Amino acid sequence: MLGASLKRLWHKLGSPRWFFSLTTPWVTFFGWSAALLLLWGAIWGLAYAPADYQQGNSFRIMYVHVPAAMLAQSLYIGMGVAGFIGLVWRMKLTDVAISACLPLGMVVTALALFSGSVWGRPTWGSWWEWDGRTVSTLVLFFLYVGVFALREAIAEAELRARASALIAMVGTVNIPIIKYSVEWWNTLHQPASFSLTQKPTMPSEMWLPLLVMVLGFYCFAGFIVLLRMRSEILQRESNARWARDWIVRRGFS
Amino acid sequence: MIRAALVREWQVLLRGRGTVINPIAFLLLTTTLFVIAAPDAMTTAADQSSAVAPGVLWSLVLLTQLLALDSMYRRDFDSGVLEQTLVGAQVPFVAVLIRIFMQWLSTGFIMVGLVPLLGLMLGLSSQALPATALALLLGTPALSLLGSIGASVTVGFNRGGVILALLVLPLFLPTLVFGADMVISAQAGRSVMPQVYALSLISLVALALAPFATLAGLKISLEMQ
Repeated sequence: MLGASLKRLWHKLGSPRWFFSLTTPWVTFFGWSAALLLLWGAIWGLAYAPADYQQGNSFRIMYVHVPAAMLAQSLYIGMGVAGFIGLVWRMKLTDVAISACLPLGMVVTALALFSGSVWGRPTWGSWWEWDGRTVSTLVLFFLYVGVFALREAIAEAELRARASALIAMVGTVNIPIIKYSVEWWNTLHQPASFSLTQKPTMPSEMWLPLLVMVLGFYCFAGFIVLLRMRSEILQRESNARWARDWIVRRGFS
Repeated sequence: MIRAALVREWQVLLRGRGTVINPIAFLLLTTTLFVIAAPDAMTTAADQSSAVAPGVLWSLVLLTQLLALDSMYRRDFDSGVLEQTLVGAQVPFVAVLIRIFMQWLSTGFIMVGLVPLLGLMLGLSSQALPATALALLLGTPALSLLGSIGASVTVGFNRGGVILALLVLPLFLPTLVFGADMVISAQAGRSVMPQVYALSLISLVALALAPFATLAGLKISLEMQ
């Protein structure tokens, strides 16, 4: 029973129109959640969380840096998963998803690198250290750039979709290998702030705001990705009646 | 069937001598340029070893491989042989694997033989030479395999070189890390077994995945034509 309905949902997801009407309420939900969580987490983290006994107030950069770094990886893996689904089931929507995740992922990766650099100056004493996790984030940025360059180079939509899906998949398979090899190479980075198996080493007044910020960042990503996907769908389906009707109803022409 | 394909690829390799000689010449030339540009970093004294030599060697190997990859499928793609091979082959997977193997024979394998010369130029300590050769032997298959994916996707582009570099060089990073580290360990007289395992693992994972991805990439490129 559940299997059958899941299968039906899966096949329905192939239809841009169905996806579009399904996600209409989601956009509002993710948008408002992101706004509230980010505001709450930022005020809590920046104003109320206690200063670190070693790093002072500079540790507060973590409230931007950690969520950005987590999102940077998640979005690339999301692209890889979308690419896999697109290549196997030939779903049109997955290319829309890749095109939506790509620019956001690049920006978030750049933000993680930049905020890390700003934090490194007072903490490690230099703007840039060739530390393991810094380098793997930098390589992640280059992986994004590769997909971006490939998409720019192919004019035909269908082939662009398949080529970028393939490369995103290959990159995703390589992410763990790159991570471990670089960690082997050199690490002076802080250990991960969150792990699924261990209790955080920070007091709860410090990591709870971080958790709120992480959730906020993910909601923000959901909001942006959905928004971009929906406008891309409208553009691609601009010859379809439902898309034109929707645009006219919303007062754009 | 497989034998015929092997013979054909082998003859192509022998007749197009440029594809074998050019990358090697490039490797030797860039190594020379590096030594000339930074003479202090390269010590040729017999009792000392150069600290930057392993990194320079491996970076230049990566770049040479990148240069060779650009022409990996190009000629067969332009002449239509590639399409015929993929359509006619009973197992396209094997056809792709043979091509990758030949590409490795003409680049990585020859580089292994050049290790003594390169080591001499860069000032590697002589005790590290066997480990360096082993590192190249274990690591360069991964370069050919992973590079083949990028080459298959970009073969249809007029100027695919830069995009090929952007796609492939990040994937080369693990091989570079363990390959260079193996040479450094050998120079310091430490055990190189961890790096041997790591390089073998990377090459085997690449061997398992790359032919399929290459096949998918070639199909995309053939449709682009």
